[in-house]
Amino acid sequence: MNSCQVLRDAPVRKVALFGGTHGNELSGVFLVKHWQEDGAEIQRPGLEARPFLANPRAVEKCCRYVDCDLNRVFDSENLGKELTGHVPYEVRRAQEINSLFGPKGQPEAYDLILDLHNTTANMGGTLILETSRDCFTLQMCHYIQDALWPDSCPVFLLEHPSLKYATTRSVAKHPVGIEVGPQPQGVLRADILGKMRKIVQHGLDFVQKFNAGQEFPPCTIEIYKIMEKVDYPRDKKNEITAVIHPNLQDRDWQPLNPGDPMFLTLEGKTIPYEGETTVYPTFVNEAAYYEKQQAFVTTVKEKLSAKGLKVS
Amino acid sequence: MEQGLKPPVMSHPQYLPSLRRVAVCGGTHGNEMSGVYLVKHWLQDPSELQRSTFQVTPFVGNPRAVEQCVRYIGRDLNRTFAPAFLNTKASDSDLYEIQRAQEINQIFGPKGSSQAYDFMFDLHNTTANMGSCLLVNSESNLLSMHMCNYIQKHCTVRHCPILFCQPPGEEANFTMSVAKNGLALELGPQPQGVARADQLAKMRSIMACALDFIELFNKGTLFPAFEIEAYKVVRRTDFPRYPNGEISAVIHPNLQDKDFQPLKPGDPVFQTFDGEDILDDSDDTFFPVFINEAAYYEKKTAFCKTKKGTFAQPAIQKGF
Repeated sequence: MNSCQVLRDAPVRKVALFGGTHGNELSGVFLVKHWQEDGAEIQRPGLEARPFLANPRAVEKCCRYVDCDLNRVFDSENLGKELTGHVPYEVRRAQEINSLFGPKGQPEAYDLILDLHNTTANMGGTLILETSRDCFTLQMCHYIQDALWPDSCPVFLLEHPSLKYATTRSVAKHPVGIEVGPQPQGVLRADILGKMRKIVQHGLDFVQKFNAGQEFPPCTIEIYKIMEKVDYPRDKKNEITAVIHPNLQDRDWQPLNPGDPMFLTLEGKTIPYEGETTVYPTFVNEAAYYEKQQAFVTTVKEKLSAKGLKVS
Repeated sequence: MEQGLKPPVMSHPQYLPSLRRVAVCGGTHGNEMSGVYLVKHWLQDPSELQRSTFQVTPFVGNPRAVEQCVRYIGRDLNRTFAPAFLNTKASDSDLYEIQRAQEINQIFGPKGSSQAYDFMFDLHNTTANMGSCLLVNSESNLLSMHMCNYIQKHCTVRHCPILFCQPPGEEANFTMSVAKNGLALELGPQPQGVARADQLAKMRSIMACALDFIELFNKGTLFPAFEIEAYKVVRRTDFPRYPNGEISAVIHPNLQDKDFQPLKPGDPVFQTFDGEDILDDSDDTFFPVFINEAAYYEKKTAFCKTKKGTFAQPAIQKGF
């Protein structure tokens, strides 16, 4: 191994575990509440892991958000907005979170935020990255995938000029989303809870080993990169006229080829996928995305390489 | 154990009046999407509902809740058809569902009167793994029981268990109670706010079959006596909670998705966040339903325990 391929990165001391960024995604809500009572499970030597309930008002009402989606407002406009007059609750909350764990993009910001989400889609335990160029998070994904083997742990890359959004976790230097499904909104399933817990454990183990000086050799991981969002067919009044086709339902991360069934109208007509290449759909039939005009997103498989990594 | 077995079946059918006006309600709960989508579709194109001997009226139960994709706005509409709510002055109350219940009662009732609709279907979904559950008030709903029997025998949809939903000693205050007879469909598992093609197709098939039954009945078909298995809710079980009211355990993996399967004394029912199993402490076998239904967290119900029984029903035929 060429030594110049080993990246020397700063230790990751300040770690936060976010639950309830969306108040009805209950695995993270209940794990964070549990860890706030008894944090033994998330304590590791060489790092501080802080469990944090991101949107307590939405949690209380068991809904996704109160005024607007907290996981979309961590952009400079909202974070810099003056808090006078009517400002949505989540924008105020975003500013609080930014001052507690950020400021976003600044050296004082938290090193790592693991943001815990659930989806109604059959995505399994998915890791979400915001950039392809952060060797630390790539190495972390590689470590978690290895640890979970033979269970799969897809990595979703949310890197796109227009589809990327300003997430809660983006206040940290290294943001990672953990998206586990299928689980209905407002429901807590033991199996999904267990899966999420395992991912967090392995993630914290990685940080601990990294801080302790373990060197991680260069690696390559397969990721699914977001390409497009696909809306439901709608009528003139914007009402949905078709549902996800049974052949596509629950088939997150499976290839969707040109001509494959995509939607089924209420009249019983199949609408095929008319793209030119094979894609890998995900977030298929996510409840929260109906209002975002999104039936699923398409991804392409790519390989990403990370340099070797060692603490500086 | 069998309960509710009636005396030997009568030799003559019971004669019941024909059904002229039938209503189909979707969206009593605004985030249970199978019924919402089907009723919206039928409002555009009702041809699939039409039969020769009766009139079918589809309607959205709680349009504001549907618009916001929530269960309800102010209170659960499906618990609002009690005289106390139907008889208050609507202007006295600012709760949307009370006003809406009164509207529905005016259009399809009045509840308990001779002008009320003959039959109402109410289309629901659950996050629990209940299959295509048929909800009837009680075994004394002769016509609904025959409809269930017909569905179980003729519908291509498998696993349509019958559940009696009227709490013992209480009056029915569900939406369907406005009509003279009713049947609610409770299909799951389906998350709130999600429409799955498989659930939609099942609900549609059951509805078609149920309307066929009414058509046959109206045409004078004799439906012979039968015995049928059904489940009756006997108690509700809440989640274990911390002193502050927060849930301290989840449904045990062995119980999750096992609706209508026997739960024996000592079987694990919950698992704490520390990984400890909590065992069932009753001294009898029950058949749990509504296991991990999202909407029941706030009703302090983790699941409902039912008893299975066999119920004898006399023959029926349309009276002249």
